[in-house]
Amino acid sequence: MELIFVNILDGLVTGLLLFMLCSGLTLIFSMMGVLNFAHASFYMLGAYFGYEISTFVGFWPGLIFAPILVGIAGALVERYGLRRVHQYGHVPELIFTFGLALLIEEIIQFFWGKNIMAYDEPDILNFVAFSIAGNAFPAYKVFMIFVAMGIFLVLLYILTRTRVGLIIQAALSYPNTVQNLGHNVPLVFMGVFGVGTALAGVAGVIAGPVLGTFPGMAVVLGSIVFVTIVIGGLGSLWGALIASLLIGWLQTFAASYNIVIGDVLVSIGFTRPENLDDSALRDLWTLTVSQIGPILPFLLMVLVLAIRPQGLFGKRES
Amino acid sequence: MNTTTKATASQRSATPLISLPQLAPWLIAILFLLLLPVIFNSGSALTIMNQMAITIVFALAYNMLLGQAGMLSFGHAVYMGLGGFFCVHLMNMVEFDGLWLPLPLLPLFGGFFGLIFAIIIGSFSTRRAGTVFAMISLGVGELIAASSIIIVAFFGGEEGISADRTMGPETFGFDFASQLEVYYLTAIWLVISAAAMYLFSRTPIGRIANAVRDNEERAEFLGYSQRYVRMISFCASGFFAGIAGGLFAINFEILTEENLNLGTSGVILLVTFLGGVGFFIGPIVGAVVFTLLQTVLSQYTEIWQLYLGALFVATVMFFPAGLTGLLAMHIQPFKLGKSSLLLRPYMRMLVPILVCFLSIAALLETAFHARHAPIGENEMNLFGIVFDSHGVLPWVVIVVLVLGSGFLVKRLAPELKEAWDDANYLEPRS
Amino acid sequence: MKKVTGMILGSVMAGVLGFTATAAIAADNIKIAFIDPLSGPFATTGTNGLAEWKFAVENLVNVKGGVLGGTKLEVIGFDNKISPKESLIQLQVAIDQGIRFIAQGNSSGVANALTGAIKKHNKRNPDKQVIFLNYAAVDPALTNDKCNFWHFRFDANADIKMDAMIDVIAKDKAIDKVYIIGQDYSFGKAVAAAAVRNIEAKMPHAKIVGNELHPIGKVKDFTPYARKIIASGANAVITGNWGSDMLGLGKAVIKAGYTGPIYTYYAASSGITKAFGAAGKGVIRVVSEGTLNPPISDRVTTYVNAFKAKYPNNNVSQLRIANTVEMLAKAIDKAGSTEAIKVAYALEGMEIDSIWGGKVKMRKVDHQAIQNVYILAHTDENMTHALDNSPYGLLTENTVVDAGMDSPTSCKMKRP
Repeated sequence: MELIFVNILDGLVTGLLLFMLCSGLTLIFSMMGVLNFAHASFYMLGAYFGYEISTFVGFWPGLIFAPILVGIAGALVERYGLRRVHQYGHVPELIFTFGLALLIEEIIQFFWGKNIMAYDEPDILNFVAFSIAGNAFPAYKVFMIFVAMGIFLVLLYILTRTRVGLIIQAALSYPNTVQNLGHNVPLVFMGVFGVGTALAGVAGVIAGPVLGTFPGMAVVLGSIVFVTIVIGGLGSLWGALIASLLIGWLQTFAASYNIVIGDVLVSIGFTRPENLDDSALRDLWTLTVSQIGPILPFLLMVLVLAIRPQGLFGKRES
Repeated sequence: MNTTTKATASQRSATPLISLPQLAPWLIAILFLLLLPVIFNSGSALTIMNQMAITIVFALAYNMLLGQAGMLSFGHAVYMGLGGFFCVHLMNMVEFDGLWLPLPLLPLFGGFFGLIFAIIIGSFSTRRAGTVFAMISLGVGELIAASSIIIVAFFGGEEGISADRTMGPETFGFDFASQLEVYYLTAIWLVISAAAMYLFSRTPIGRIANAVRDNEERAEFLGYSQRYVRMISFCASGFFAGIAGGLFAINFEILTEENLNLGTSGVILLVTFLGGVGFFIGPIVGAVVFTLLQTVLSQYTEIWQLYLGALFVATVMFFPAGLTGLLAMHIQPFKLGKSSLLLRPYMRMLVPILVCFLSIAALLETAFHARHAPIGENEMNLFGIVFDSHGVLPWVVIVVLVLGSGFLVKRLAPELKEAWDDANYLEPRS
Repeated sequence: MKKVTGMILGSVMAGVLGFTATAAIAADNIKIAFIDPLSGPFATTGTNGLAEWKFAVENLVNVKGGVLGGTKLEVIGFDNKISPKESLIQLQVAIDQGIRFIAQGNSSGVANALTGAIKKHNKRNPDKQVIFLNYAAVDPALTNDKCNFWHFRFDANADIKMDAMIDVIAKDKAIDKVYIIGQDYSFGKAVAAAAVRNIEAKMPHAKIVGNELHPIGKVKDFTPYARKIIASGANAVITGNWGSDMLGLGKAVIKAGYTGPIYTYYAASSGITKAFGAAGKGVIRVVSEGTLNPPISDRVTTYVNAFKAKYPNNNVSQLRIANTVEMLAKAIDKAGSTEAIKVAYALEGMEIDSIWGGKVKMRKVDHQAIQNVYILAHTDENMTHALDNSPYGLLTENTVVDAGMDSPTSCKMKRP
């Protein structure tokens, strides 16, 4: 029972971390209609910038400055790359971000090499916040939860309660009208792209010490981020939050319990073959849920798209 | 209205599907393929050419989706991979169970298996185009790649499944032990599949795929089910991807998870786009350039992937029509007979632009060497010049070269632009 | 237009392929093709291995005057991007350049593809036969069911290492609950199977409280696995994980409050030692075929220091590379030739004194090298040769002499 509670907390941490990435991605998508394949690469940039800054002046300045640097990099990419490709249509845009992801990974290896970086959480948070039945819950994870919550509330406030949010929301649906009203829509786009990538940068700085800072970290997370916003519904902030939490818990619980698929099959009426070695499906019988945990989100996505192409909370189809 | 339709219809029936001028490039290509091994006869050259041919078939199949039907797939390696896996199993059945199947027919079976899976997956993924299709292809690709590690009985885990191609019945006295025999087999299949794919793009259904790509609603109003058209394109593409898988099985005699995963799917997208999606020969150009970059460039520099990434991003940004598009831009001046106008600015531009690219590469290589080379090995060899990567002089020279050539390129650009505009107008502009 | 493109491509290809061919005709050194990842996510181990190979060839063979009375050895790197397909292409390229010795180690999947391809190649091209020097791929199958005459393994295989590891764990009677976790692929499964077999045979007092596989390279956060390990009450963890999967698992388990030992195959160097740092002290154990601390002789210290002076950012981490190079040189001298078949026969049953101490013997029946296996602890105490330019490194805790000397094999070697 205690373990379930611990798993709920762990899943919350994973889900909220995912949300920090998805919130930026979904904002960018709803504004510009482009699925940014390089989004996880900006997350990786955040982690590396954070690490580099932390080796000089410690973790906390890194938490402030690394996301700013990532945001500037993102804004530059929008201004000089995406805006140019935008005129060719959506497919070249998507392919551009795809190529950008490759390029960023290579650039990172060029400067930092291929080793895993020794990026650690700050000493001040390096203690056990509380324990449940022998399971330590590090203070750093509590900190992660609060940061993610804070970001969500601030975003929600900006988008729904401020003038900037109003313009952004208007530019989403009627960019030309907003332009005619005298607002600089390209600037808004650049700003949103910068802020979105900066959010990914924050996630990188925070996750780097826990999940490891290495050149493959974007790939590990990359496709899951799309899956999440596609499930949640493209362009929906609430959808992104709920899908992130759903996937966080799905993965945590799948990894936590060794349910054997064979047992499930038996319990729903199949008979186990006598001699497993002869069966072509022998691997299916010995498979556990934790073995397939990381691919469950993809299964979920295919199901959701086949049944409800606009995602759980999406209002329109892309 | 009615009469014109009739007229065009009768005209169409009168002209053959392919005329002699259209046939000429094909004959030249076939001759070229026949003669290639005479020049490049080493084992590795043959292996690289086989790899090229396989990538060409796969890229052409991929372009049936991306270029002709406007469907962006992130998981197309699945159909090639599954076709290949079935072929390896067939080869093993030939060896151990005495199945009678001549090796040259194997790719056809690969194609059928690719087709079967395309029908299954396509039945739900082609319902919509755009992002939904792209994301379903990503999800399915990830699922099948992951299950290839889990379902060991069929996919052999990460070690994959291997076979021996020489165990089948001899065909016309060939047992396909030598690379040369495999090359000619691959080349024959390359020509057959390329011709078939070209003909497909000329059929009414191929034409309508273009219409659906450009405006699906309009195509629908004209009475064509966009979903049906997408499904047909998807299945045809899956079939030819399966043929590529069969050729892969014959050439490498092993299939692994690598053949199914997202990396391979991403590479084929790169290849196709690099070559140019708007042209039939685009993927061919892309496949040849990419294979050369991958297998040859990687022997000379550790940071070849950085160049590849930069090349790709630059292609998307500046030449969205790909390398072929770059060449195709010159057809107009040629037709106008004004290509000579371009010659002079091109010649003037050639040296600065070459120097610019090479010196940027030199800058990257030297920086990489200075950062990562072993201590004491300060000397590096670049384009045959040996120098000290830690010394000041080489850096100064390289930076001066980069800036100088960059300045020249910028300076000459307006002239080139003007000449280009002139060459593309019929009347001399005042 | 097709014609024009064809001509351009033709001339480019002619240039490039021609260049490859001319590059082949250089000095008449005896060349070894090092086919491993030199780019991409696994390049760290690959480039480090290449540095170790180049250094070993230079310092163990060439300074003494080379082989066959004066011919030098030379290692040439070929980037296989850890892809089986690319490995086979690079193998072809290497063979075309006249190289007859192929070294590879990263990924058993690639090793499996190579050993199959080399077997077929040697059968089809008797005039261009090559030898496969496997210096790191430890999947037991390579010297059992899939063994062949051309393949030689210089690392102790996963079974032998596990055998030694359990010998050591079994001495500690306090350990009675063991948790086995690994990556879901052939090596992870081989480790798990060997662990179960050995624990059942040698540790009757112990219970296996968990045995599971997780997807390789896809787990973002290992916390749920760590929770399970804590909940099981395990007081020893065994894992074959490597790379970021190793670091992620280790860190999560330690953070979740686990304090017992974690027995591993690959929890060292490539940044992992540095990243574990203080947290891993007293927890991480590594099973290895050699040891640097305490150094067994001055020769070791000189060798490692010279290596660090030349490659300050790399580690001497794959100690069997030195053994491989010394055995190859001795075999070439013994055969009096560089012909693959003669060198292969010379290698069979060969024995040398390893620079790392003890003897290395190439077992004739399955081409598996038999050598000492060490259990090392991650620590910063008594460090002569630390790793990753950090204060931390590996210190010998236990030694198993000639590990797996009489281990069974299912290999039915066919000799040409």
